[in-house]
Amino acid sequence: MVKRIEKDFARFREIIKGQIRKDLRKYITHGEMIGKRGKYAVSIPLPSLRIPTFRYGKNDGMGVGQGEGEPGTPIAMGDEPAGKGGAGEHPGEHLLEVDVTIDELAQILGEELELPRIKPRGKSVLMSERDRYTGIARAGPESLRHFKRTYREALKRSMAMGVYDPAAPMILPVREDRRYRSRKPRHVPQNNAVVIYMMDVSGSMGDEQKEIVRTEAFWIDTWLRSQYKKVETRYIVHDASAKEVDRATFYSIKESGGTKISSAYLLCDELITKSFNPAEWNVYAFHFSDGDNWGSEDTKKCIDLLREEVLPRANAFCYGQVKSAYGSGQFKKDLDGAFPGHQTVITSEIRDKAGIYDSIKEFLGKGR
Amino acid sequence: MVVRKSPLRNGKEPLRTIQESILEAARGFGLDPLRTVFELVAHDELNEVAAFGGFPTRFPHWRFGMEYEQLAKGYSYGLSKIYELVINNDPCYAYLMKSNTLVDQKMVIAHVYGHSDFFKNNMWFSQTNRRMIDEMANHGTRLRRYIERHGESTVESFLDAALSLEWLIDYHSVYSPTRRRTRYDFSEPEDAATPRRLRSDRDYMDRYINPPDFLEAQRKKIEERAKAAKRFPERPEKDVLAFLIEHSPIENWQRDILSIVREESYYFAPQALTKIMNEGWATYWHAKIMTEKALEPGEVVDFADHHSATLGTSPGVLNPYKLGVELWRDIEDRWNKGKFGREYDECDDLARKRSWDLALGRGREKIFEVRRIYNDITFIDDFLTKEFCEEQNLFVYKHNAQSNRYEINDRDFDTIKRTLLFRLTNMGHPVLQVVDGNFRNRTELLLKHAYEGSDLDLDEARDALRNLQRIWRRPVNLETSVEDQVKLLTFDGNKHSEEDLSTSAA
Repeated sequence: MVKRIEKDFARFREIIKGQIRKDLRKYITHGEMIGKRGKYAVSIPLPSLRIPTFRYGKNDGMGVGQGEGEPGTPIAMGDEPAGKGGAGEHPGEHLLEVDVTIDELAQILGEELELPRIKPRGKSVLMSERDRYTGIARAGPESLRHFKRTYREALKRSMAMGVYDPAAPMILPVREDRRYRSRKPRHVPQNNAVVIYMMDVSGSMGDEQKEIVRTEAFWIDTWLRSQYKKVETRYIVHDASAKEVDRATFYSIKESGGTKISSAYLLCDELITKSFNPAEWNVYAFHFSDGDNWGSEDTKKCIDLLREEVLPRANAFCYGQVKSAYGSGQFKKDLDGAFPGHQTVITSEIRDKAGIYDSIKEFLGKGR
Repeated sequence: MVVRKSPLRNGKEPLRTIQESILEAARGFGLDPLRTVFELVAHDELNEVAAFGGFPTRFPHWRFGMEYEQLAKGYSYGLSKIYELVINNDPCYAYLMKSNTLVDQKMVIAHVYGHSDFFKNNMWFSQTNRRMIDEMANHGTRLRRYIERHGESTVESFLDAALSLEWLIDYHSVYSPTRRRTRYDFSEPEDAATPRRLRSDRDYMDRYINPPDFLEAQRKKIEERAKAAKRFPERPEKDVLAFLIEHSPIENWQRDILSIVREESYYFAPQALTKIMNEGWATYWHAKIMTEKALEPGEVVDFADHHSATLGTSPGVLNPYKLGVELWRDIEDRWNKGKFGREYDECDDLARKRSWDLALGRGREKIFEVRRIYNDITFIDDFLTKEFCEEQNLFVYKHNAQSNRYEINDRDFDTIKRTLLFRLTNMGHPVLQVVDGNFRNRTELLLKHAYEGSDLDLDEARDALRNLQRIWRRPVNLETSVEDQVKLLTFDGNKHSEEDLSTSAA
C-alpha cells in the first residue's frame, strides 16, 4: 500500500533540495536532533521549512517553567526555544534514551556529510558474473516457453492477418510465435574492502593527536563498513621502523623514536602484495602523521613507493595530517607537490577535534 | 464500541475486554465519553496519521510531509514515540500503537476516554464539527480538484499564503450567532436619512404620536449608523480570514481555499484553548482508573514508569500534563476540604490554613463543573493559587541578552500568573485585527496589532505581510509596536517600508 503521506513527503524533500518552489528557500532551516551512540553524540539532520506567520519574536523574554533553582539559574541557551508557548509542543511524546545501530550511524553520517555512495572500481577486475532468466529468445527448450509472450505474438499475428474474430476469440500459436525465456549474464560487483590504517607514533604525536586519529578512524571505519559487505582492517604503526599491530595496540601504543614514513609504506605494500590481491579487493590506505619526516630523502622514497606500488593498487590513499606542537607539517606539502590534482591521493589537514568533520568529508566525499 | 483488526490478543486478555472494563470504570466515575472507536496501527501508520493532524484524508500539503519526517526520524532513532492519538469527532476515533505493551494499552485507553469525555462535555468544543473526518476528506477532494485544474505550484503557493494567516481567526465568534457569517444579507437598508414617523391625522396629536425628542434620538442613531457604515469594516474585525474571504479580489477557488484553512483553524482552536485542562483531565482519569480499577499487581512498576515519564518536567518547558493534572487534583482537594471562599482567603494563620478541612466533599462535583465551562485561561485565572505555585516550584524565566541564555527570573506569584495568562491569551498568538479595508482611501488594508509589550518577530511579520498582500492585491499595512514605539509596516507588492508613527504623532 502506498502511504498517503508519501506524496507530501516527496514534495517536501523536493522543496528542501531546492528542486521546486525556489521562493521558499529562505525559510528552510537545517535543524538537527541529537542522539547518542555509546559515548558518541550523533546529530540527526532535520531540515524544516517554516511558513511565516505573525508571531512573537524569538527572544521576546518571559515564560513559565517548573523546577529547582535560584533566580539567575540558566535553564536554556538563547537560540533554543525554551518553552515556546505556555504549554509543551508535542502531545504524547516522551524522550527516551537513544540506541542507534552502527548501520544507522553510517547512514546518518552519509546523509550528514552528503557522502556519495562508493563506486566499485575497475569493472573488469571486480565483477563477478551471475545468470538470470530475464531475456526473451525465439528458440529454446519447451520447458522455458513464455506463455504470455507467445500468446501476445500469436494475437498480434492473427490480428495482422485478419483472422481474429472477437466473437470467437481463438488464438492458435504457430511455431514462429513461440517465445522462450533466456538467460542474461549479470555483472555483480564484488564488494570486498580492506582498510589499512597507518599511524605515526613517534615522540611528536601526543595523546591529543592520537585521540583525533582514533575518532576519525572510527568514523571512516563506520562508513566503509556500510558500503562493503566485508571490510578487513589492518593497522600499522611506525616511528623509525614499522610494524603491524592489532586494533587495541594501534590506539594505545606510544613510542618515542624518530620518524621514517617510508617504513610504513613499505610494510603496507608488502601487506597488499601478500594478502590483498587488488583484483579482488578494494584497498584503502589511510595514513595519519604530524607531518614531520626524517628527511627529504625518505620523503622521496615515500613518494616513489606510493607512485610505483601503492597507488596503482588502491582505491584511495588518504593522508591526514594532525597538527601537533612539534610537527613541522612538511610532509603534506611534499605529497601535494608530488601528486598535484591526483585523483586517488587525498590529503587533509586536521587542526583539532572540530576539524575531524571536514577531514572525513574530504577523504570520503569523492566516492572512491 | 468497536475494536477493529481482530484478533486482538495482545497479551492474555483480548483488548476488547480491557476496553469494555475500562469504559465501565470510567462511567462509574461519572465520565460520559463519546462513542469511541479504537484502531490499532503500526508505528509508521501512527506517524502518518499524526503528521496529518489526525486526519488521514486531509488535503495534500508538504507541511504534513515535513511533520512526518520529523516524527518518523524521532521514532526510528528512539527519541520520541507517540502512544496514542485521539480525534474530536462523533464517533471519537483513537489510534493506538500496536507495539504498546498491554499495560500501556490499558493506560492509553483510559487516557483516551478522558479526552473523549472532555470533547463531548466541555463547552468550548460545543461548536466544533463532529463530522470533521468527513469534512476533512471533503476539503482534500476540493483541493485536489483545484490542483488538477490550476496546477500544483499555483495552488500550493496560494495555500502557503493562506496557511501563513491560519491563526487570524476570532475563536469567540462561533458562540455568537449574529457574528457567524454563514449567510450574507445584500438587501439595501430602507431609506434611512430621516427617522420614520408614525401617521398622525391630527396636527395637535402629532407631538404625542411622534415625540420630538424621540425623533431627535432616532435621527442621531441613524447618523451614527451611517458614520459607522462608512467605516469598513464597521468595527475592528479579528476574523481576518473571514474578512479576506468576503472582500479580497480573488478567484472563487482561492476564496474556497481560504475558507478551508479557516474552517480547520476553528476546528482546532478549542484544542489549543484547553490544552492544559484537556491533557490534565485525561491524565487524572487514566491514573485514577488504573490505580483503582484496572491495574494488575504485576503491572504496577511498568505503569508507574510510564506514568511518571508522562509527567516529567524539564526546567524550560511547562509540561501541560503535569500542570493540568496537579491543578485538577488541587481543585478537588480544595473543594473537598472547603479551602476556598472569603473565610479561607482572609485567614492568615498559616498552620490553620494548611490543616483546613471542613469536610465538604464537593471535590468531584467541582471538577466536573470546571470541565464543563472552563478553558485554560479561566482555569489558570481561577485556580492557580500562590500555595500551588510554591508547591509546584513554578518560576518565571527571562531571556538574558548578555549571556544569550534563558535564566530563572523570579518566583513571584503574580508574575507567574500574569506570564502564564499572557502565554495562553489568544492561544499564544498575537492579536491582529483588520481596522481599515480602505486605508488612505486607496483600498489599502490596515491591520492593527493589539500590542501588549511583546514585540513581533519583524522578519517573519514582513514575510507574512507579503503573503497577505498576495491575497489582498493592494498594499497592506500593519500597525504594531517595536520596543514601545508605534510602527507602521507596509508592503506594497514590490517593497517593504516602515514608518515610525510615534514620532510623527508627537
